[in-house]
Amino acid sequence: MEMTFFNVLWFFLIFVLIGGYFVLDGFDLGAGVLYPFVAKNDHDKAVVRRSIGPVWDGNEVWLLTAGGALFAAFAPAYATTFSGFYLAVMLVLFGLIVRAVAVEFRGHDPQWGRAWDGCFFVGSLLPALLLGVAVGNIYAGIPMSEAGDYIGMPLLGLITPFTLLCGLLGLAMFMAAGASWLALKAPKPSDMQARAAKLRLPLQMAALVLFVVVSVYGHFGIQPAMDPALGALRWVFALVFVAGIVASVVLARKKESDLGAFLAQSVSAFSLVGLLAASMFPNLVVASADSIGPSITLMSAASSELSLMWMTIITCVGLPLVLVYHVIIYRTFRGRVKDDDLAHY
Amino acid sequence: MDFFSDPVMLARVQFALTAAYHFFFVPLTIGLGLILAINETRYYRSRDEKDAAASRFWVKIFTATFAIGVATGITMEFSFGTNWADYSRFVGDIFGAPLAAEALLAFFLESVFLGILLFGRKTVSPKFYLVSAWLVWFGSCLSALWILIANSWMQTPAGAELAADGSKAVITDFLAAATNPSLLARYSHVVIALLIMGAFVAMAVSAWYLLKKRHTDFAMKTMRIGAVVGIMVSCVMIFTAHASAVVVAEEQPTKLAMMEGMYDDEVPPLYLFGWVDEENQEVITPFAIPGGTSFLATGTWDTEYQGLNSLSETEKYGALDPETAPVNFVFQTYHIMVAMYGLIMITAILAIVFTLRKGKIQNMKWLQRLVLISPVFPLIAIQTGWFTAEMGRQPWVVYPSTTGPDGVALATDQAASASVSAPELMITMLLFFLVYVFLIVAWARVMGRFIKEGPVVSAADSSEAAEAAGAGTGASGARQADVVPGFAPVDEPAVVKGGE
Repeated sequence: MEMTFFNVLWFFLIFVLIGGYFVLDGFDLGAGVLYPFVAKNDHDKAVVRRSIGPVWDGNEVWLLTAGGALFAAFAPAYATTFSGFYLAVMLVLFGLIVRAVAVEFRGHDPQWGRAWDGCFFVGSLLPALLLGVAVGNIYAGIPMSEAGDYIGMPLLGLITPFTLLCGLLGLAMFMAAGASWLALKAPKPSDMQARAAKLRLPLQMAALVLFVVVSVYGHFGIQPAMDPALGALRWVFALVFVAGIVASVVLARKKESDLGAFLAQSVSAFSLVGLLAASMFPNLVVASADSIGPSITLMSAASSELSLMWMTIITCVGLPLVLVYHVIIYRTFRGRVKDDDLAHY
Repeated sequence: MDFFSDPVMLARVQFALTAAYHFFFVPLTIGLGLILAINETRYYRSRDEKDAAASRFWVKIFTATFAIGVATGITMEFSFGTNWADYSRFVGDIFGAPLAAEALLAFFLESVFLGILLFGRKTVSPKFYLVSAWLVWFGSCLSALWILIANSWMQTPAGAELAADGSKAVITDFLAAATNPSLLARYSHVVIALLIMGAFVAMAVSAWYLLKKRHTDFAMKTMRIGAVVGIMVSCVMIFTAHASAVVVAEEQPTKLAMMEGMYDDEVPPLYLFGWVDEENQEVITPFAIPGGTSFLATGTWDTEYQGLNSLSETEKYGALDPETAPVNFVFQTYHIMVAMYGLIMITAILAIVFTLRKGKIQNMKWLQRLVLISPVFPLIAIQTGWFTAEMGRQPWVVYPSTTGPDGVALATDQAASASVSAPELMITMLLFFLVYVFLIVAWARVMGRFIKEGPVVSAADSSEAAEAAGAGTGASGARQADVVPGFAPVDEPAVVKGGE
């Protein structure tokens, strides 16, 4: 098949959904990873959980939507990645499961508090690390059979220096977003707010360094075939990524604006996914040099035009509603967490 | 066939167990969601402190249960890609859209307004809170609709054709696919079953308090809601069950044959119970109504249906082997489901009669005990019902239904992931076992705690209610006596007591 309006649209829509996930669940996964490090007592812990309490579920739906949309629009890519990255996907899944329950149950079951704290941390860490590893693999290339099934070593075959660096870049971004979120939402002044605010800069610097390493390694070491027509777009996203982080640092230091710092960090995170999309185009899963089957592209994997048209109609109805819901929930729970909020219901 | 080295069998078992587990929580959330919304409506109207306590009680039960439903639901969406890659490739053009729509149109709605229910009581207006409760319930019903669209399409494909190269199904008519022949019957059948579950759980919680002679006021109010909803949905169930049976008879001949243990062509009788002797291909039972099933399916007593033997000789159903088909399994699950419905109906009638007749149930220990265990009936009915639906369509995962488009069918053993090996499936099976046991224990602990704690009137409610009534706050102190010793009157004791 060839490129059409609908399959190109859906290629980018998938990445918009992934970007939405990376920005939104990014900060609450990051908050979960930082949980044991910034929350020193039960009060702090309750504040962290309460800060993401009303929103984490909706944030996670971005992942489910991205997964469903990938299934609907590019089923072969969904099938290959989810089955090929089997054990890694399952670890992400178990992480998301125990984390979801931990957030809800921690407050109800203090006797199991430590177990729930562990679930919340590990359940946040696994997706935060492994999602980047998965992205590294589809970008760097995996060996596939003629039918498109992954034929490399389970799990271990997916871990290379490059994919690991991608995982760490993702983790650093998640954690930087988490620190920015907690700095924004924790009571100010409080020790935890100060700890979170202080963590922002080193995490952002780590992300920046990893970004440079991954880019250079990717460009010279991996040498994927990137669409030359999108070169300018890649530069724009890369520059916005860097500018977002710089702006976040400046806003936090000079203006003492925690909201500004968080938003700039979010813009930066979204640009990173944009850069990924522009670098992948038109590939969805790249075939490695030792692959038997070809790369999975938006042309080879797209659903029929009719199917994509209906998906577009559904999106035109759904996406505005989703945005309204987000405005409602973030407006309702705006501002810093107060002690008074901790006893809910 | 060695069970442990067959990836398809392992993937099937994994799907069955994880789906069955998930579908323990789905009925609770969709069923209790309605009870919760009715409760919120009552509180919104009365602004009574006791109704406030009831409202908070159900919100706690509901949201904690919802969390596990959400978490175990992710498994299902992932599993199509992880364990059923070839299935996903075959159906992607049709099956993916309802999943994406479910997330976009239902999950976002549910999750955001669940956030309001959980944390918004003091932040949003009472009216908005009430609307949120109804929207969460509406969202969960909408989510069930999309998933039933997807599942029904696998049972009775429509609006699609086989691609020219035979590799996959391609959509030809989206609306026909979405409104496939079994959708309406199966969606209503499922949702009504879930509402029965919710009503019965509400009644069971009330019965527990009646037995313990605690919170009797709350218990009787809740019993009334549960009994009224329970009898209504139990009656509606007759029609949806009938509609589902008719669709099976019309669209899924091999499933019908398995449900009634029909190997040879016959006018199907109605069995209340029995045992399928698979070797001799006959149903052993002391009692059968001749032509009964024929009557239920068509309204006439003498419609002959094809049995498995002659069906397996047709081109369409040639993949089915009557020797290995799980006929007795499907026969049993189907008949257990029907038997459970009998118990449901008896319980629902007793509950409504003795609740409305001056609340006589308050003094009837035996009925309280019956109602206390009664959620088991819909639970078993729902689980066996799903096993009937899903085992009955084997050996296909996309079933070649009577009116289905030619060639749009996929055998289950062609559907699994080629890149996932048996050992990997064993590893994840073990992890599922550990994590899911942990979750159910944790859930039971928390539910036990909530129920012991009961609908506690908090000081905040009292003053709020009193303000609303324009009176003083004199009563609030006395209400605190309702608190169970050993439990803090305020929720979220974790913040105070900590995790030590």
